[in-house]
Amino acid sequence: MDITSILYPVLSVGGLGVVFGAGLGFAGKVFAVEEDPRIGEVLGCLPGANCGGCGYPGCGGLASSIVAGTAPVNACPVGGAAAAAKIAEVMGVAAGDSEKMVAHVACKGTCDKAKSKYEYFGMSNCTMASQLAGGGAKGCSYGCLGLGSCADACAFGAIEVVDGIAVVDPEKCVACGKCVSACPKKLIALKPESKKTVVNCSSKDMGKTVIANCSVGCIGCKICEKECKFDAIHVENNIATIDYTKCKDCGLCAMKCPKNVIFNPRIEAMKAKKAAEAAAAAEAAKAEEAKAE
Amino acid sequence: MVDYVLLVLAAIFVNNYVLSQFLGICPFLGVSKKVETSAGMGAAVIFVMTLASAVAYFIYELILVKLGIQYLYNIAFILVIAALVQFVEMFLKKSSPSLYQALGVYLPLITTNCAVLGVAVTNMQRGYNFLQSVLNGFGGAVGFALAIVLFAGIRERIEHNNLPKAFEGFPIALIAAGLMSIAFLGFQGLI
Repeated sequence: MDITSILYPVLSVGGLGVVFGAGLGFAGKVFAVEEDPRIGEVLGCLPGANCGGCGYPGCGGLASSIVAGTAPVNACPVGGAAAAAKIAEVMGVAAGDSEKMVAHVACKGTCDKAKSKYEYFGMSNCTMASQLAGGGAKGCSYGCLGLGSCADACAFGAIEVVDGIAVVDPEKCVACGKCVSACPKKLIALKPESKKTVVNCSSKDMGKTVIANCSVGCIGCKICEKECKFDAIHVENNIATIDYTKCKDCGLCAMKCPKNVIFNPRIEAMKAKKAAEAAAAAEAAKAEEAKAE
Repeated sequence: MVDYVLLVLAAIFVNNYVLSQFLGICPFLGVSKKVETSAGMGAAVIFVMTLASAVAYFIYELILVKLGIQYLYNIAFILVIAALVQFVEMFLKKSSPSLYQALGVYLPLITTNCAVLGVAVTNMQRGYNFLQSVLNGFGGAVGFALAIVLFAGIRERIEHNNLPKAFEGFPIALIAAGLMSIAFLGFQGLI
């Protein structure tokens, strides 16, 4: 056996390796480009499997998209909430964004409160259903169809369809905004988590139409607008909208809303208490009456 | 001249690397969720595959054949392709940021695209000359780009459909890929 039959392969392949390695090392110095250091940091938070599950070309592609702001911080389905939290930390510090936001579905027209035009047997997908004549089966053409496109879009299981209406769990919501773009009715918006007062309706119909279709719809009466001391709530296109930069969460609007469309947990508790007291008083009066007889 | 045109056409349709030879399936499934990203991947593959077949040709003819160690072609080609992709990425990043923006993020992925190696090996096995190698590489890459863009279009539509739970995601994608492959079978016998 000739020694060259070992020597040549070893030398040639080894040589190629050395040449390429040296060449690349040299090229790395020559063609060095400064890039945003956050890309490296975000990349460090990602699993690094380059699986492409996010729809981007590998973890590096996703990292640069996140830093560029074109991808949400939780776009990695593999890393899940843990990776998203770390990335949010990297990005959040740089963006100076501290206010925690949550998604809110502006419709409470559950099956018992809102009318349906017909029974829908099609695909379980809001986008498809909303393209039908009249914008889906719901009597109110602005209301939640309850087919759960937002719940499908949510990677954190924070949305659930309860009684025909999508409901957000603020504990799980990370405000990625995927549901906002998934909803064909544009019912979902991000709002500051600290502000509890919300308008639970999106109908731009006139009051009469709203009443005909739903018992919890905004009729555009403007009582809230008059009650608000901070100029924070306005009725435009027959729907009340809260400006959260001005809202002080006092709950006056929620208190006065005749259709109970505006919701504030504190006011709601107060109302429930009052109702309970009234019921107790009525009960007592009845008992008194019965005694007197 | 006609031979060369036929060579390119055959590489695109008849011997489509993804759908007829089942090479490069990984990026084919991995980066085909959106038409936009798949087009970027396709463009990057065209760029690299053409270049890689040219460089692999020289490595084979000038080093391996000269030393009589042709059996090492796999190792040598992998080495060349990996180094080439890295170098192209660095070079583009510095010299042409706009082209890097368009292709750049897809480039590292191509290192592991076996279709690139497949083209180099095919060129070597068929004894193609330099021009034939480059044209075969180019045609093969165009075929890859065509397949992945078409497939991404199909997957975008599948996304909105109501599928049985068991078929959601990759299973239906694989079935779609299989059907596409059968469709491309129709090109056999064209040339």
